[in-house]
Amino acid sequence: MSAADVCLALLWLGIVAYVLFGGADFGAGIWDLLAGRGEPGRRRRELLEHVIGPVWETNHVWLIFAVVIGWTAFPRAFASVAGTLVVPLTLAAAGIIFRGSSFAFRKSLHGERFEGLFGILFATSSLLTPFFLGTVAGAVASGRIPYDGYGDPRTSWTNTTSLFSGLMAVLVCAYLAATYLTRDATRTGRDDLAEYFRGRALFVGWLTGALAVVGLVVIAQDAEALFIGLTGVALPVAAGSVLSGVAGLALLHARRYTAARLTAAGAVALLLAAWAAAQYPYILQPGVTIAEAAAGEAVLAAVLASLAVGAALLVPSLVWLYVLFQREERVVEAGDGEPGPGERDRR
Amino acid sequence: MIEDLVAARMQMALSLGWHIVVACLGVGFPALVLLAEWRGIRTGDRGWTLLARRWAKALAVVFAVGAVSGTILSFEMGLLWPGLMGTYGEVIGLPFAIEGIAFFIEAIFLGIYLFAWGRLPPRAHLLSGIPIVLAGLASAFFVVTANAWMQQPEGFRLVDGRVVDVSPWEAMFNRATPHQTVHMLLAALMVTGFLVASVYAVAILRGKGDAYHRRAFALAFSLGAVAAPAQVAVGDWAAHSVAEHQPVKLAAMEALFRTEQGAALRLGGIVVDDELRYAVEIPNALSLLAYWDPDATVAGLEEVPPDLRPPVGIVHWAFDIMVAVGLALLALSAWFAVVAWRRRRLPDSSWFYRAAVVAGPAAVVALEAGWVVTEVGRQPWIVYGQMLTADAVNPMSGLRYGFYALLPVYVLLTVALIYVLRRLARAPFDDGAARRVSDYRVVPDGEDPR
Ligand code: HDD
Ligand code: HEM
Ligand code: HEM
Repeated sequence: MSAADVCLALLWLGIVAYVLFGGADFGAGIWDLLAGRGEPGRRRRELLEHVIGPVWETNHVWLIFAVVIGWTAFPRAFASVAGTLVVPLTLAAAGIIFRGSSFAFRKSLHGERFEGLFGILFATSSLLTPFFLGTVAGAVASGRIPYDGYGDPRTSWTNTTSLFSGLMAVLVCAYLAATYLTRDATRTGRDDLAEYFRGRALFVGWLTGALAVVGLVVIAQDAEALFIGLTGVALPVAAGSVLSGVAGLALLHARRYTAARLTAAGAVALLLAAWAAAQYPYILQPGVTIAEAAAGEAVLAAVLASLAVGAALLVPSLVWLYVLFQREERVVEAGDGEPGPGERDRR
Repeated sequence: MIEDLVAARMQMALSLGWHIVVACLGVGFPALVLLAEWRGIRTGDRGWTLLARRWAKALAVVFAVGAVSGTILSFEMGLLWPGLMGTYGEVIGLPFAIEGIAFFIEAIFLGIYLFAWGRLPPRAHLLSGIPIVLAGLASAFFVVTANAWMQQPEGFRLVDGRVVDVSPWEAMFNRATPHQTVHMLLAALMVTGFLVASVYAVAILRGKGDAYHRRAFALAFSLGAVAAPAQVAVGDWAAHSVAEHQPVKLAAMEALFRTEQGAALRLGGIVVDDELRYAVEIPNALSLLAYWDPDATVAGLEEVPPDLRPPVGIVHWAFDIMVAVGLALLALSAWFAVVAWRRRRLPDSSWFYRAAVVAGPAAVVALEAGWVVTEVGRQPWIVYGQMLTADAVNPMSGLRYGFYALLPVYVLLTVALIYVLRRLARAPFDDGAARRVSDYRVVPDGEDPR
């Protein structure tokens, strides 16, 4: 493996992590949108907020990580993608602004005027942002971005593959979120909410699976190179993704939530891996290899060295963050006056 | 209808100018919060702890908008300037990659710090805040090295329009890096200190001169006052470096059209037909300040053809405003320091607090003005002497609609941010114990320390 391959693998790792963690946060926003009114809606939203509150900032950084590695290690490919897909990327950027800030604002305005307004902004932008990011992925996967040039600013992302992958992105986010939330709900002692999200996870899970099959037809017609890759070298990986997805749904059925979480994440990760495998060793277009598009050796070496040092600091910190918030005790709900963990510590 | 290139530049300036204010708070505010928390633990005085809790809530909001506004910037670098990123992305990529790691650390520990209050023992909690401060300083440092490289591009060779022999470390530690990074970090501390102090100065002027407001004021103002003298010295250093390495920018800063020996320093004035009129003139002062020699020759704008000159009026005024504010804040800090040292307390004069109310916004003005000097003074180059801004911009037509779309977004964001911060300032006190578990938010019966 060359340094460029390692950089690309890390870039891919960033994207996968963003989909698995950040995507689930988007999905939580989508469920927020659909949570309904009144007391039941309030309780659902409270769980969502409670779960994503401490981690969403961190989950969001994966996107920045991927963007930055992209422009450093593959500058011309990055410039071509960004220079062509101005419209969906600008819309995704606006969505990111609205989502992150209104989430923070809503939290600060608990029970006050405008809480609802920021809630709606948060939830709708959670739906739109993954859609536009999905169209970007579709444009890249279907080879519509000419290397070292500018593609069509409109058709590059309004074609069937792009729109399809936008839709898939939304569904995947919703599926991951609902699956993760079943476990969060049981962990915090809200079994009824676990049932609620289980039903939704099953529904969206089957829907996503069925749509993925339809998607193969779309891809076969619209993006031949990708299809050949997916049904060729990448076939075992794609099959793994399907198996993992089916297993995840079965586990959800059986209410084995922790295992369902892992398999759901595995299905999505393998799907992304299948795309990567189908395209390897080309970047953007058949004919431009990773080696050709990569930055100079000295740059790649410096980036890899910094990331290695960074990982030594990051990995333990990340583990601490997730463990700290996954290991909270069974909690009591707001309003019933029981002491919280903070207060228990003080006694 | 504005031209696409102009729109792209305005969009960049808007996004950066917005981000930088919030980013300054992201650098300086964690330090303030930790100082307050630390004093609370050390003295056992709950007033400090309550102050730290209150500030931490504002920090959470500021950090969230800092993160999203920064993300937009990383998109825009590619959307608006593919010419820059395609050619030079690899040269300036390293600092951004390192910055990415710093952001990660910042976000992780912020999550822990904010949400584990009351779950971790007090000292461990205090320690969990330290990485936030360090990572904030580091991210500001690294991102500014990238900007410094745009002023002083080094560490690569250009062959047939492609960069070769890139030395990313050399690019990162270029000649503009030392003064730009130090100047920026000090600016972040000044902006945070004076802005937070402004809020409490308003309260004190309204008659809330109790211990709680006075200690909050004193802590925040001290941060700004410590940075202010150093900032003036570093600014002088920056000016010398610009005089040496970017003479055209210096000429624009001073609105010096013709090369002069023993050049005068000209303050204010209006530029009409390549001439500065109605300015206050101090003979020989520019030569003295820029080269420590009253008879030194200072190059004027006439040395380069008109299409390679930056817009003079803006740069000149922005520079004068920054220096004026810097000196005024220095004077105010000196007043504060003298009273504190001689009488061991805060000044009594209401004039002092009136000035302190203005100090926060003024520091922001100096910050923005400084960036205008640096960025507009670099025009028409995006990479000084190497690549024109016009060659870096995305050639797609209709780029301006993106700017039109983002303009109201930023206006809304500003209004909403100010509204939310004001609500938070009025919320009841929170003593940190989460009584109800689903939130670690407001404790309604938190005691008022006054
Ligand atoms: C609180 C903010 C603040 C204050 C009080 C000052 N500055 Fe400043 N200045 C900045 C904030 C700033 C900045 C953070 O906005 C800049 C933009 C780029 C940079 O590195 O720092 C800057 C840039 C900047 C530059 C251009 C550097 C370049 O283009 O490479 C010069 C020459 C000065 N400053 C000089 C001064 C002087 C002589 C000051 C005082 C008397 C002063 N600054 C006060
Ligand atoms: C380190 C960080 C920075 C980077 C990488 C950066 C990069 C850029 C780029 C790519 C442009 C567009 C090209 C141009 O017009 O020259 C630009 C313009 C500009 N930037 Fe920066 N910038 C940085 C920091 C800042 C900050 C913090 C400000 C804050 C105000 C700022 C103010 C501006 C302005 C005013 C322009 C427009 C110039 C014009 O209209 O002539 N920059 N910057
Ligand atoms: C001089 C200029 C800048 C300084 C001092 C600065 C500093 C910071 C700081 C301290 C943060 C952490 C968030 C917060 O505390 O509010 C932040 C966030 C961010 N900045 Fe900037 N920044 C500057 C310019 C830029 C530029 C030019 C870019 C991109 C091209 C950028 C990209 C980002 C990103 C992506 C984030 C989000 C990180 C996160 O999620 O935590 N910044 N910036």
